[in-house]
Amino acid sequence: MSPTVTTSSEANGNVSAATARAAASAAATAEAAGPQPVTMAKALNTALADAMHADPSVLVFGEDVGMLGGVFRITDGLTATFGEQRCFDTPLAESGIVGMAVGMAINGMRPVIEMQFDAFAYPAFEQIVSHVAKMHNRTKGAVKLPMVIRVPYAGGIGGVEHHCDSSESYYAHTAGLKVFTPATVADAYRMLREAIDSDDPVMFMEPKKLYWSKDQVDLDELRSQHSANAKAGKSSEGRAAVARPGTDATLIAYGPSVPTALAAAEAAAAEGRSLEVIDVRTIVPFDDETVSASVRKTGRAVVIAEAHGFASVSSEIVARVQERCFHHLAAPIRRVTGFDIPYPAPKLEKYYLPGVDRILDAVDDLQWEN
Amino acid sequence: MTISADHTAPDQASKAPVEDALSEAAKKFGITAEDYMLPARHQIQMVDPDGRLKPEGEQGTEPGHEYPLPGDDELMAAYEQLVVGRRVNDQNSALVRQGRMAVYPSSHGQEACQVAAALCLSEGDWMFPTYRDAVAVMARGVDPVQAMTIFRGDWHSGFDPHEHKVGIQCTPLTTQLLHAVGVAHAAKLRGESTVVLAMCGDGATSEGDFHEALNFAAVFHLPVIFFVQNNKYAISVPLSHQSVAPSLAHKAVGYGMAGERVDGNDVVALLAVLDRAVKLAREGSGPLLVEANTYRMQAHTNADDDTRYRENSEVAEWRAKDPVNRMRTYLTDRGLLDDDVESRTLEKAEAVATQLRDGLSEDVPVDPQELFRHVFAKPTPQLKEQSAMLADELARDASSQNSGSQEAGK
Repeated sequence: MSPTVTTSSEANGNVSAATARAAASAAATAEAAGPQPVTMAKALNTALADAMHADPSVLVFGEDVGMLGGVFRITDGLTATFGEQRCFDTPLAESGIVGMAVGMAINGMRPVIEMQFDAFAYPAFEQIVSHVAKMHNRTKGAVKLPMVIRVPYAGGIGGVEHHCDSSESYYAHTAGLKVFTPATVADAYRMLREAIDSDDPVMFMEPKKLYWSKDQVDLDELRSQHSANAKAGKSSEGRAAVARPGTDATLIAYGPSVPTALAAAEAAAAEGRSLEVIDVRTIVPFDDETVSASVRKTGRAVVIAEAHGFASVSSEIVARVQERCFHHLAAPIRRVTGFDIPYPAPKLEKYYLPGVDRILDAVDDLQWEN
Repeated sequence: MTISADHTAPDQASKAPVEDALSEAAKKFGITAEDYMLPARHQIQMVDPDGRLKPEGEQGTEPGHEYPLPGDDELMAAYEQLVVGRRVNDQNSALVRQGRMAVYPSSHGQEACQVAAALCLSEGDWMFPTYRDAVAVMARGVDPVQAMTIFRGDWHSGFDPHEHKVGIQCTPLTTQLLHAVGVAHAAKLRGESTVVLAMCGDGATSEGDFHEALNFAAVFHLPVIFFVQNNKYAISVPLSHQSVAPSLAHKAVGYGMAGERVDGNDVVALLAVLDRAVKLAREGSGPLLVEANTYRMQAHTNADDDTRYRENSEVAEWRAKDPVNRMRTYLTDRGLLDDDVESRTLEKAEAVATQLRDGLSEDVPVDPQELFRHVFAKPTPQLKEQSAMLADELARDASSQNSGSQEAGK
């Protein structure tokens, strides 16, 4: 997996992070011949189109996903290519979208539905918690719900309120849901294809500030890899990635926080400190093995997430690492998360979002001997 | 699987087809689209509470809202299911009193609705029932003991929804209406002629999903029949606190679909109205809303005390409108029902009651490992760990019990 990520959004207000990313990206471009610069949005769009080509039971619907192609253009061109039967707009009602998808999945379809923004998914909460998550269990597996709920989530885009929530903890806390969140362009393609192939319902959390980030990727290559993996029954579900190897401490991040963690590691390297960055990728199922192996190796860890820290995915990660790595830890595990406040107004979000400096402060605090 | 190509092509997309279909349906009956959507002025009733067939002019029908009398075979099948349904309700309530079942929301008094909901559908159609619709689920062919698993307490649902095309009995109110819409939508995209009957009660019409389901079904022009059993109470809250609409059936108009009211204790009228609704939906006239005017004769469940919120006189009034007695009188007067048929019907009902008693008295062994087995199609490492932890706990319990009993045996 490529550790290089660029982003057109500098909304996290961290110039050194942006510079580090730009430098890394330039290096990657120089050495890559076949791969092209591709945005995460394009990778997701391609994954949807490829899945629809591969399987006529894959349907895409939601609000503004048809002629407009989605407010983030992730479904761009799908209606034109596949017709209104396969990619269509629904009435403006999120519970209706999810509930109808449940019925379609019961009756042989693989719906991929879009919740326009994180906070707009809340009207669908009952359908998600009481039905999407439980149907397989309550029918002893007689009813499978192979559906994907795509949620553009998290902040960093200067959005007004109700457009920037990090809602992953609600879903991760709900037994019966799988929760994926890509941080790279290649993963966006790979993981969305795998989510659509999955017989379990997947909450697919898309870090919206990374939609226009670019990586050097070869979409054809990703497509063939996916076909080969699917044939072999292989999936990367439940596998975290070492986004950057290191030896002194581990930064554990997911989704929108991965590029920030990489920028922090880059900055730390300049100061002579080697940080390993783990990209969690699938929050559920969680890859205890990869995360614990890294922390056992480095003996120090910082967990980074945009979401509020209290009762969150980040607190779960700290608990799991502590249970598994206690005797290898040289210092208490630190967290750099959003504050426990409602998501701030655009001009204040830079104070809220975990940035490189705050991460480096936490790293400095890990009881170094020298 | 292929999706039928004979649907509107993307470049022809417009809102026109739905409006056309409404006027087309109206044209079929020689009335305006408004009159097609509006329920008839009075509820449809064919057999009165005393079991007499009403003269055609008094059945509540009006131009475009006429309903032919169902055939004798259908009526006899309905009577048998009514008797069985009543026996099922009373047997299950008895099993709760005896502590063999956790809870049973009885449809005593609503059996005509239950039976008609099942009988109006064809084999390939789907039904989405609520927790109070066990009799409808059984009338659709689901094994009675499997249908009662949810209340026996050893699992949440005891039958495979795909086998009889019956959704699991749904507790979160009206959420299943959207699943019905989805099933119908998927079938329509594949060019199948499936009709879906979605059931809910009067209280449920206040829920947001009621609105979303009706609107989605109308906008996508899907063959869904929304069947509301207005039994007058949502646990303790009367209908007047849920809605001040002229009737629940009138709500259809706001969605651009047709609504109808029917005497929910008259299985003849119910079958007539629902049979036509199914036919219209299958022919492509879009969704319909049917409100059945009935009454919950017993408390919400055994945990409820209905004397706190309603008068005995009201209950007595409805007892006189009983759906089973009414049908017995009607069929006897028609010469279709005699002592022989009656006793054979009672035997069938008794056989189902025996099946329930035996099945629900049986102490079904539960497997603790099932807790983890069905959460996901592809299990997670975390659940495998937790499953192993429980297995270990149970093994240690078992071995300490064994050594304990060996000690005691010495």
